Amino acid sequence: MEVAGDLRTAREMGLVACRQCMRVSPRGAETCPRCGGALASRDETSLQKVWAWWLLGLACYVPANLYPMLETRTLVSTQSDTIVGGAIDLAHHGAYGVAAIILIASVAIPMAKFIALAGLALGVRYGPQLSEARRHLLYEVVEYIGRWSMIDVFVVAILSSLVQLQALASITPGRASLFFALSVIFTMLSARSFDSRLIWDSDSGAQEHSPAPGQPQEDLTA
Amino acid sequence: MATGPQTATTADSGAASAALDRLIACPTCDLVYTVPDLASLDRAVCARCHTVLIAPRRKAGKQLIALALTVLILIVAACLFPFLSIGAGGVTQNASILSTALAFSGTFSILSVAVLFFIVVIPAARLCLLIYVLTPIIRDKPPAPFARDAFALSEALLPWAMAEIFAIGCAVALVKLSDMADVVFGPAAWIFAILVVLVVATDSLMCRYSIWKSLET
Repeated sequence: MEVAGDLRTAREMGLVACRQCMRVSPRGAETCPRCGGALASRDETSLQKVWAWWLLGLACYVPANLYPMLETRTLVSTQSDTIVGGAIDLAHHGAYGVAAIILIASVAIPMAKFIALAGLALGVRYGPQLSEARRHLLYEVVEYIGRWSMIDVFVVAILSSLVQLQALASITPGRASLFFALSVIFTMLSARSFDSRLIWDSDSGAQEHSPAPGQPQEDLTA
Repeated sequence: MATGPQTATTADSGAASAALDRLIACPTCDLVYTVPDLASLDRAVCARCHTVLIAPRRKAGKQLIALALTVLILIVAACLFPFLSIGAGGVTQNASILSTALAFSGTFSILSVAVLFFIVVIPAARLCLLIYVLTPIIRDKPPAPFARDAFALSEALLPWAMAEIFAIGCAVALVKLSDMADVVFGPAAWIFAILVVLVVATDSLMCRYSIWKSLET
């Protein structure tokens, strides 16, 4: 692919790009002629949607940590563990590795996701502290990692369907599993609402760029 | 380099539309490129954000259909067989996909439905849509009715199809239980392992641009 010359965005060229099939249309077009998708140069309500889902996600993440994730019944005892409580318990038993993995996967990564999403949205609103490439990488990571958090919910489901050994031992899902799943879903929706093109709009004052000199796409003038 | 202000925006003729047809904009960062010659192209990557824009592969359509059918059959098979079983103190217990999804029944029935959708219904629906869209294309027939909507839906479902995440979840559950009880892989566990590889292969084989282009009438 040719990358010579200074490339310009569809917005700078007075065009609207389709995020689904990549076709460009003249500014003002509302549906894409190739794929029929809705067109918008930038999603104007993107940040509102990001914050709305973000808040919902955070609101569900709090009870996800306060309520028990698993309730374990054995012959001698009944135990209900929160996410952090379970990890501390494991650490007390000497399983530091597993405890660390649980803390990273269920606490550190969700928290990092909330912070990263808030940072991305604040960066667009108030001017970024990081370079475009950094913020883009951050966005890619958040977007990619989001769905993998669901693994916790699946593990709870597997454990509670498998460990049903009559009186010996049984595991049932706790209330936190529902809130954790909701939190993951809402954070995924928040990340997907973020219009990644907003990251690049601050790129070297691109929007102020006058369209006069340099027409890299020679086909257009033909 | 040509000069002069934007001419494409003002021109609204068929010629301008044809010219626009030869441009693509990166969906992630909005940079505009001229579509290169697809025949000689390996893959096109955005110069700024490194998003893969075009990755055409010869006969990708047939391979995609074959993969999608295989995964579909595997999902059905994975539903029928247990994937893990444990034994402790003479009691054994199997877990299949259905029993796993139903683990949340009772107070958390919503979660049961959600889990079933994430690991069975949505992946299967996505593959069916893909087969529906691609079959007429590889036979050089006009696109199926509502093919554009079907492909758009299949793309929208992509992040919610979590069969491969569930497969990794099995491995995690196995590690957690291994010191408590004897855990044995059932037939479905191996199916899941193959499933993960095939799902990744399907996604890397799929060139969205080529499919959209062929759906254009």
